[in-house]
Amino acid sequence: MATNKEIQELTSLDYKYGFVTDMDADAAPRGLNEDIIRLISAKKGEPDFMLEWRLKAYRRWTTMKEPSWANVHYPAINYQDMIYYSAPKPKKALKSLDEVDPDVRAMFSKLGISLEEQKRLSGVAVDAVVDSVSVATTFKAKLAELGIIFCSFSEAVRNHPDLIKKYLGTVVPYSDNFFASLNSAVFSDGSFCYVPKGVRCPMELSTYFRINAADTGQFERTLIIADEGSYVSYLEGCSAPMRDTNQLHAAVVELVALDNAEIKYSTIQNWYPGDKEGKGGIYNFVTKRGWCKGVNSKISWTQVETGSAITWKYPSCVLQGDNSVGEFYSVALANHRQQADTGTKMIHIGKNTRSTIISKGISAGHGQNSYRGQVKIYKGATGARNYSQCDSLLMSDTCGAHTFPNLEVNDTSAKVEHEASTSKIGEDQLFYCKQRGISAEDAVNMIVNGFCKQVFKELPMEFAVEAQKLLSVSLEGSVG
Amino acid sequence: MLEINNLQASAGEKKILKGINLRVNKGEVHAIMGPNGSGKSTLAHVLAGRDGFVATEGRVTLDGKNLLAMTPEQRAGEGVFLAFQYPVEIPGVSNMYFLKTALNSIRKHRGLPELDAVDFLAMMKEKSKLVEMDQALLTRSVNEGFSGGEKKRNEILQMAVLEPKLGILDETDSGLDIDALQVVAKGINALRSPERALIVVTHYQRLLNYITPDFVHVLAGGRIVKSGGKELALELEKKGYGWIEEENLKAVGANAR
Repeated sequence: MATNKEIQELTSLDYKYGFVTDMDADAAPRGLNEDIIRLISAKKGEPDFMLEWRLKAYRRWTTMKEPSWANVHYPAINYQDMIYYSAPKPKKALKSLDEVDPDVRAMFSKLGISLEEQKRLSGVAVDAVVDSVSVATTFKAKLAELGIIFCSFSEAVRNHPDLIKKYLGTVVPYSDNFFASLNSAVFSDGSFCYVPKGVRCPMELSTYFRINAADTGQFERTLIIADEGSYVSYLEGCSAPMRDTNQLHAAVVELVALDNAEIKYSTIQNWYPGDKEGKGGIYNFVTKRGWCKGVNSKISWTQVETGSAITWKYPSCVLQGDNSVGEFYSVALANHRQQADTGTKMIHIGKNTRSTIISKGISAGHGQNSYRGQVKIYKGATGARNYSQCDSLLMSDTCGAHTFPNLEVNDTSAKVEHEASTSKIGEDQLFYCKQRGISAEDAVNMIVNGFCKQVFKELPMEFAVEAQKLLSVSLEGSVG
Repeated sequence: MLEINNLQASAGEKKILKGINLRVNKGEVHAIMGPNGSGKSTLAHVLAGRDGFVATEGRVTLDGKNLLAMTPEQRAGEGVFLAFQYPVEIPGVSNMYFLKTALNSIRKHRGLPELDAVDFLAMMKEKSKLVEMDQALLTRSVNEGFSGGEKKRNEILQMAVLEPKLGILDETDSGLDIDALQVVAKGINALRSPERALIVVTHYQRLLNYITPDFVHVLAGGRIVKSGGKELALELEKKGYGWIEEENLKAVGANAR
C-alpha cells in the first residue's frame, strides 16, 4: 500500500547527534573488579564512606543475575570487556565556566546547548556531563543565594557529605536490582540537587548527558531532595555518537519529596538508537524512583523516549505520605529495530494517595514497544486512587505494541481505573490532511504530535518544543 | 477550468468509471446525481487523488494542468478542495492549528507569504460566522466529538478559509437535519463566486432546493447518462432514477444494433 510505504520512508531517518568529538580522555582499563572501584573512588577523591558503599554494592552485584523478564532481546553483555571510567582530560582545573575546554564547549553548541547562551539568556541552569564526568554547572552562584545546592554528584560527595549520607540509597538501595547495583558500584558522576525548606526554585534545573568515548559505559547517578514546602522542576537530556558497537547506560535517579514538597522531573532521552538494521545503539537500563515521603508531597515524571537500541526503564513513585500524588507521563518511540520496555510503578502506602499514568507508545518500522506498569495499593492506603491510560499508535505492519499492566489492590476503599487503546495511523487521516494541502511528512508529524499532546503539555515550554521537534526528526525522511 | 475527457478509473480491482466527459467553467455549479454505486464518490476521490482510486484512461486538466499527475497535496495547492462525506477525526490536533497549517501549506504552494497568527485569527473569526460555527469548536481537536452537522459545517468552514478554485462537495447533505442543511447550504451559497466552480455530488434532490445548480448530470453505471438544467433534478425527484436507467439501456441496446 502506497500510504504504508510513505510512512516507512518518513520513519527511516538518520541520527543527527551522531558525531564524535575528539578529546583526550583519562580512562580506566577494561573490566570490573574491586581495584577498578577503588580507582574510580580515588580519582574522585571520595571519602571512605563512599568507597565502602561502592564495594558493598559491587559484592552484592557479583551475586546477582541480569534480569530477563523484560520483553527485549539482545546478545549477552560482557561486563568485563567494558570501560567503567572515562573523563575528558581537563587542560587544567576549572575556576569558572569560561574555562570549559573549547572542544567540550563546541560539542555542546553542536547539540544546540551552548553553555554560554544558557548562562546568559534562557534562565535554565545546566549541569553538563560528558562520558562520566560533570564538566560544567551554570548559574550555581545565583542558586546558592537561595540556599539551593545544584552541582555535580562528586562535588556533593566532597562538599555535602551529610546530605549524601542521609539520602543516598534511601530510594533505590544498592541492592535494588542488577543494574542499580552495578551503578552503585561504579557510578562516576551525575547531578545533585537540594532545595531547602519553603524555597521555590526560580528556574528550571537541567542536566545534559553525553556519551563520547567508545566502549564506555555511562553510569550516572542523580539525587534530588526537595525539603518541606519546596518546589523544583528538573530537566534531563541526553545523546551519544553513532557507533557500531552497543554501549551500556545504567543510571540511577533518586528523588525525595518531604512534606508539601513537589518535584517535577522531565526527560528527553535521545541516545543513539542504532542504525536501521539494528547495529549499534545504547542499551539504556535505568532505575528511576521517587519517594513521596512527606504528607501532601508530589512527584511527577514526564519522559519522551526516542533514542536507545533498548530501553528498560520504569520511573516509579512510592507514595508514603498521606495525600501524596504520583504522576507518570510518557511518550516512547520505537522505530527501526528499537525495543522499548518502559512504564512505571505506583506504590500506594499512605492514605488518600493518588496517581495518574498516561503512557503513549509509538511503534514504527520493526520497533517493539511494551508498556509495563504496576499499581500496588497496600492495606491501609484508604481512599487511594489510580487512573491509568495506555495508548499505542502503530505506523507499520511489522512493528509491535504490547501492554503488561499489573494491578494489586489490598484495600477495599481504593479506586483503580485502567484504559487502553491501540490504533493504526489512518490512511483516512493522512489523505484528509493531504487533501488540505499538507505534505505527508507534516501530516504524520501532526497526527503523531496530536497523539502525544497529553504528555507534551506536561513538559516545560522550551522542552515541549524540543520534544516535538525531536519526534519530527525521528520520523522524518524523504518524501517524493 | 476543469476538463474531464474519457476518464476511466477503478477502485481496487473494480472498474467503476467507464468514460466520463465533463467540462466545468469558472463560476458554474454542477450537480452530479445518481443512484448508489453509480460512481459519484469515486469521481470525487479520483479528482482529489486518493490512494486506491486509479485513473486507467483519459485526461483531467485544471486550467490546462494535468491534474492526474499531481499528488493530493499539489492538487490542493492548485485549488482543488474536497468536502468529505465522512470528515476524519484527528485527536490532539486543534481545529485552528490544522487549518492554519493547511492554509500556509497552500499559500506556500502558491508562492504567497505565510499568514501570521494575528491575521489568521481575524480571518477565522470572520469566516466562522459564515457557517454559524461555535468559536469553541475552533480550539477543539479536529472533528473529535463533533456532531454530524458540526462536522459538515467544519468542512464548509475549511473551504471558506482555503478559498479553492474548484470545490467538490461529496454528499454534504447526508446525515443532516433540515436546520443544519440550511446552514450548510447558506455557507456554500456564500462561497459561490464568478472565480470559483463547485461540483455538488448528491443522491437526493433536497440539497438542490437550497443550492441552485447551473447544470445537473446523472451518473449511472460509470457514465454520465443525462445532462440538463436544474429542472432535471426535479424530474428525477418525481420519477426516481429508474426511468433514466431504462432510457440508458435502450440507448445501449440501440448502439449495439
